[in-house]
Amino acid sequence: MLKLPIYLDNNATTPCDPRVVEAMLPYFTEHFGNAASRNHPFGWAAEEAVDYAREQVAKLIGSDPKEIIFTSGATEGDNLAIKGVFDMYASKGNHIITCVTEHKAVLDTCKHIEKMGGEVTYLPVNGEGLIDIAELEAAIKPNTILIAIMYANNETGTIMPVREISAIARKHGVLFFTDATQAVGKVPVNVLQDGIDLCTFTAHKMYGPKGVGALYVRRKNPRVKVTAQMDGGGHERGMRSGTLNVTGIVGFGKACELAMNEMESEAVRLSALRDKLETALLQLEEAYVNGSKEHRLPHVANISFKYVEGEGLMMGFNKNIALSSGSACTSASLEPSYVLKALGLGDDLAHSSLRFGLGRFTTEEQIDYTIKHVSVTVLKLREMSPLWEMFKDGVDMDSIEWAHH
Amino acid sequence: MAYSEKLIDHYQNPKNVGTLDKSKKTVGTGLVGAPECGDVMRLQIEVDDTTGMITDAKFKTFGCGSAIASSSLATEWLKGKSVDDALKIDNMAIVEELALPPVKIHCSVLAEDAIKAAINDYRKKNGLEEIVFEEKGVH
Repeated sequence: MLKLPIYLDNNATTPCDPRVVEAMLPYFTEHFGNAASRNHPFGWAAEEAVDYAREQVAKLIGSDPKEIIFTSGATEGDNLAIKGVFDMYASKGNHIITCVTEHKAVLDTCKHIEKMGGEVTYLPVNGEGLIDIAELEAAIKPNTILIAIMYANNETGTIMPVREISAIARKHGVLFFTDATQAVGKVPVNVLQDGIDLCTFTAHKMYGPKGVGALYVRRKNPRVKVTAQMDGGGHERGMRSGTLNVTGIVGFGKACELAMNEMESEAVRLSALRDKLETALLQLEEAYVNGSKEHRLPHVANISFKYVEGEGLMMGFNKNIALSSGSACTSASLEPSYVLKALGLGDDLAHSSLRFGLGRFTTEEQIDYTIKHVSVTVLKLREMSPLWEMFKDGVDMDSIEWAHH
Repeated sequence: MAYSEKLIDHYQNPKNVGTLDKSKKTVGTGLVGAPECGDVMRLQIEVDDTTGMITDAKFKTFGCGSAIASSSLATEWLKGKSVDDALKIDNMAIVEELALPPVKIHCSVLAEDAIKAAINDYRKKNGLEEIVFEEKGVH
């Protein structure tokens, strides 16, 4: 029996894997100690658990455990990396290069840097959501200290040319930070092979708990340091004060271990399901994939259904299928997705987009149900859409004087 | 966002979806909104020119559930009303009937604008002066 509702919003967050919860449970009650309590068994047990989790997390990205700074999540990691580098390397320069499709946690942090007197270059992306490497290199100046480019985009799943970016960074002696929130645990991320200097990610996007994440800070070739953004007890090698979220960290570690073991087979399974979904939905007329089809996370599909509006579309099935849309109506800002617009999509197509984020618990039955119900709703709403009627009648919609409001 | 039952019903079972023959003198068409803004409403009325009563109303809407429901409700209210009474339909009545949340009030304004635009189109076709409406400014 198919159980409803179906969850296809795994880019927003993922459920905790029961194996993760099981690993965490003793650390709420039995081993509740503070990992910084050095003088009794409660503290020792907590510290031991944190050390073990740190190894599990480090292993997933190919780093040394000492290079892992535990945080409250990816937003904190973005802030700590960018502001921390800006403060720490102030004598070297004040210029940061990022890109227009970054997550708000990066973009808004960069805006803050500008207010603090820093200089930021926002690189554009092409129609697939990829930056141009030549453009990146051309943007580097003597005062450039950091390149901040995400590993994979949260809306489209587009994977950036990380190794090419890091090669450029290396060549010019600039640090490379990547927000790998959507990528870690889904595709192989290896800080050594990928040439990453700083990397943030979070547990709740990979079947771990919310409220815990990590910032990788390279210790060798080069040795990177970030200025702490929170004052306190000097935890995490002085870079992030605050009593460690031991329970969350244990869960995070377990989630990393599971991802490590299952990533390869899951990527194969999920890309097959995603392709099935996408192929079926593209059978509808005037449906388009947003982002790169070639360089993409295996579990993501972002599709625009022209002439129907995203929120209106979701309302047709959102009791039973959980998705996201790039439509303005679903955002707090009432603006359509800036990511899709940066890809060159008109506002109308951005309004018409749905993001499908498959996950570990997605089944083929759920995908079949989704194909059926999304298709039916698109057809139903097109029957109701004046734009669809105009399209079918061959009316040139650009010639209409729309009453902008 | 949780919507009212009435709103959901209008979305799921919209009333009067369709197209009237806009070449007819008795049909008035209002097309408001813009694709870039995420909502376009087309509302049409057919008027009995002897009685001045609206005998039929149809809509097609590109937009969110609230926009679809607002236009569906508007067509329901228009049918059987005189043109003069139709002019009195206020967007706030739509807001109340559908319990639209504050961020969706613009959908009701759009529906009111569509009604006015349809009436003016009808008036123009029949040699009557177009009515100048005040801007609601809630868009």
